[in-house]
Amino acid sequence: MSKIELPSAAAQQPPGPLTPCWSCKGPVDARALFCHTCGAVQPPRGIDHFARLALPAMFEIPIADLERRYFGFQRYLHPDRFAVKSAKEKAISQQQAAALNEAYEVLKNPLTRGAYLLGLKGNPLPGDGQTVNDPELLMEAMETREALADAKDAASLKGIADRARGDFETAQRRLATAFAEDDLEGARRTVLRLRYLEKFRDELRARAINIAQGK
Amino acid sequence: MLLEIHEPGASPLPHADDVGVAVGIDLGTTNTVVAYAHAGKPEALRDPDGVALIPSIVAYRESSQATVGEEARRLLLDNPHNVVSSIKRLMGRGIADVKALGGTLPYIVEPGTGKNSMVQLRIAGKARSPVEISAEILRAARARAEQALGRTVDRAVITVPAYFDDAARTATRDAARVAGLEVLRLVNEPTAAALAYGLDKHAEGVFAVYDLGGGTFDFSLLRLEKGVFQVLATGGDAALGGDDFDHAVAEHFLADRKAQGKPLAMDAGEVKLALASARLAKECLSRQAEGVWSLDIGDLPSRHRLDVAGLEGLIAPFVARTMAICRGVLADAGMGVDGVKGVVLVGGSTRVPLVRREVEALFGQPPLQDIDPDEVVALGAALQAEALTVGSDTLLLDVTPLSLGIETIGGLVEKIVPRNTPIPVSLAQEFTTYQDSQTGMALHVVQGEREKVEDCRSLARFELLGIPPMTAGAARIKVSFSVDADGLLTVSALEKTTGMSQHVEVKPSYGLDDAAMERMLRDSIEHAASDMSERLLTEARVDARRVTLALDAALSADGDLLAGHERHQIDAARTRLVLAAEGGDRDAIAAAMEGLESIVKPFAEKRMDRGIRQALTGVEVERLAAKIG
Ligand SMILES: [Zn+2]
Repeated sequence: MSKIELPSAAAQQPPGPLTPCWSCKGPVDARALFCHTCGAVQPPRGIDHFARLALPAMFEIPIADLERRYFGFQRYLHPDRFAVKSAKEKAISQQQAAALNEAYEVLKNPLTRGAYLLGLKGNPLPGDGQTVNDPELLMEAMETREALADAKDAASLKGIADRARGDFETAQRRLATAFAEDDLEGARRTVLRLRYLEKFRDELRARAINIAQGK
Repeated sequence: MLLEIHEPGASPLPHADDVGVAVGIDLGTTNTVVAYAHAGKPEALRDPDGVALIPSIVAYRESSQATVGEEARRLLLDNPHNVVSSIKRLMGRGIADVKALGGTLPYIVEPGTGKNSMVQLRIAGKARSPVEISAEILRAARARAEQALGRTVDRAVITVPAYFDDAARTATRDAARVAGLEVLRLVNEPTAAALAYGLDKHAEGVFAVYDLGGGTFDFSLLRLEKGVFQVLATGGDAALGGDDFDHAVAEHFLADRKAQGKPLAMDAGEVKLALASARLAKECLSRQAEGVWSLDIGDLPSRHRLDVAGLEGLIAPFVARTMAICRGVLADAGMGVDGVKGVVLVGGSTRVPLVRREVEALFGQPPLQDIDPDEVVALGAALQAEALTVGSDTLLLDVTPLSLGIETIGGLVEKIVPRNTPIPVSLAQEFTTYQDSQTGMALHVVQGEREKVEDCRSLARFELLGIPPMTAGAARIKVSFSVDADGLLTVSALEKTTGMSQHVEVKPSYGLDDAAMERMLRDSIEHAASDMSERLLTEARVDARRVTLALDAALSADGDLLAGHERHQIDAARTRLVLAAEGGDRDAIAAAMEGLESIVKPFAEKRMDRGIRQALTGVEVERLAAKIG
């Protein structure tokens, strides 16, 4: 995996539209996190999760880069930095930190990141619980669930779990390839399959607990 | 239930000016510890005898003030009816919860006033809420700190079990208010312990915190890296702790007494004495192989023998429950025990040898115990108090311990914020009407992991009114859940239809209605410091200072836009605000702020027209990102 090109200070975008700072009322760049005149924290703006963490909108993001940005922004914006500030500043930092948390949660998991990226590219997925129209996936789901129901001991369960983990990793790699090749239809199918595999993993876990308890 | 409706964005938490000292308080079920940190070095504050633990025991007498701590413990023996221990178990609990705890509480518990409210205890002829009893303990901690430091203490970071629900957190915050303390932050106990441990030992990697206190169990997994303390997952049981060990031993003694043919009937005071004997037995058996303890009931005392194996047999089921929770949290974090670099033990109940052995067996390594398990949480809280008031490079990123959701058709829960989501968090979900011309929608907010509403904790019910009549399914109602950095929830509902929207904010609140809170504040000696109007005054002063600082910054950047007389006008209005803020009249401050705002308006417009002259474009995302790397 290659390291992400970070925008340097020199290669910055030109000043964006101006908006009045809520605190000193002077002009501030609409993208600003802090007012350059009075230093007041500014409310979060509606940008996508990648932009929120200053990351390129692409599937393959090194987790180390994601976390460095997330922790770095939180160091400036977390409410703990505003504990002795005015109520308004506290409230804004809360909003900023919540926006960062949401971005981080969505982007750190390859499945939610893939689904989100598809949405950004104008290819949204059906919501949870809606029918998936993929006969191959439905067939696979039926077979694995049958195997799960038939598993009566920890050993046979482990076999199923190992296979499921392998499937999951393969699907993740396929998703990366699909995005790299800009094959959005393939990416979409793979995300749906990953969604199913994740649900199956939860079922496996529940079954493992039941078997351990002798049920 | 009390609904606080306030402006969106306005914080319900007023705050103080930089006066007085901020401390960390571990308000425990069995013991309370207060600590203070200076320059990154935390220290537990001790009495003149060098003792840091304040027993969380409160004794009431008819005529005089409450007594807290060791002295109250001594009164327990003479006058058990007027002495309360383990009050933390009742924080935020309604009468139904207490019934669920079983008949194990040696108190006379009464339902609170009002619907859905917190229980009260009848002590020394008066009904008292767990909030005011806890406030007595906090007051004692505050007095201890003021004596040790020789300074006024008015702010604190208070720790709560990670698994405390919204009701118990709110109750804890209210107790601090009654004790005249501003809560800078509620911090989860295992997180505080990890902070103290990690900073002291410069630990890096994934650490587990196993926190078994008197009445609560928490288990958290944290990643420690370059000053970031990130909670990966947490779990626990808010009604599982060393008290359960004591109860099991006491029941064993009583069964033995029955076998000896002696009467079992006890009053509430004798139950407390039996529990004290059981506790003593448990503690002794951490150091000795066996012993004999007595029960003083009625006129016929009885003697009971117990050895270590016997004790371990009695408490093993509770220890097994904690181990099951540990495994669940590891699974939630998607990791095995091999990924855990160290296990930090917290809480007095981890002194029990069986607990240590089981922890060691599960994690395949001996637990860390270099910091006193009774003090480590308070030390972490003190570090966080310093970080919040003085500043720090460390960053605590915590999570919600329990899922939050809303009741949907069929009594099922629709989860909106899943457990282990980093806080603060703001998540929303859309709902719709299910009947034609439906103009109202009842919303029921619950907390818990189960699928059915009846198995979860009910936090609040409210109704969104004024939905324009439409066909079923046409309305779009967006319900947003926000959990702040203290783990406290705010719910808002927005009804979005053609051109109409409505916004209500509901803060779940438990047990204490305004009248009860007001009475407690009036009764409290320090009420002046925590009085609402005093807090609003402080808030107004903080805001006035922000406004003058912002104006000064604006004047130094763009002051050249002003003609001489305009500048004079602004300076005069600024002076009026500064003077008002020095006085004690909140309305005068508000008026001076408004005055300044209108005088500054043309200046602000000129500044907007000028735009950004310099290349300075504020600290936008990319600029900060370049700095972060
Ligand atoms: Zn400003």
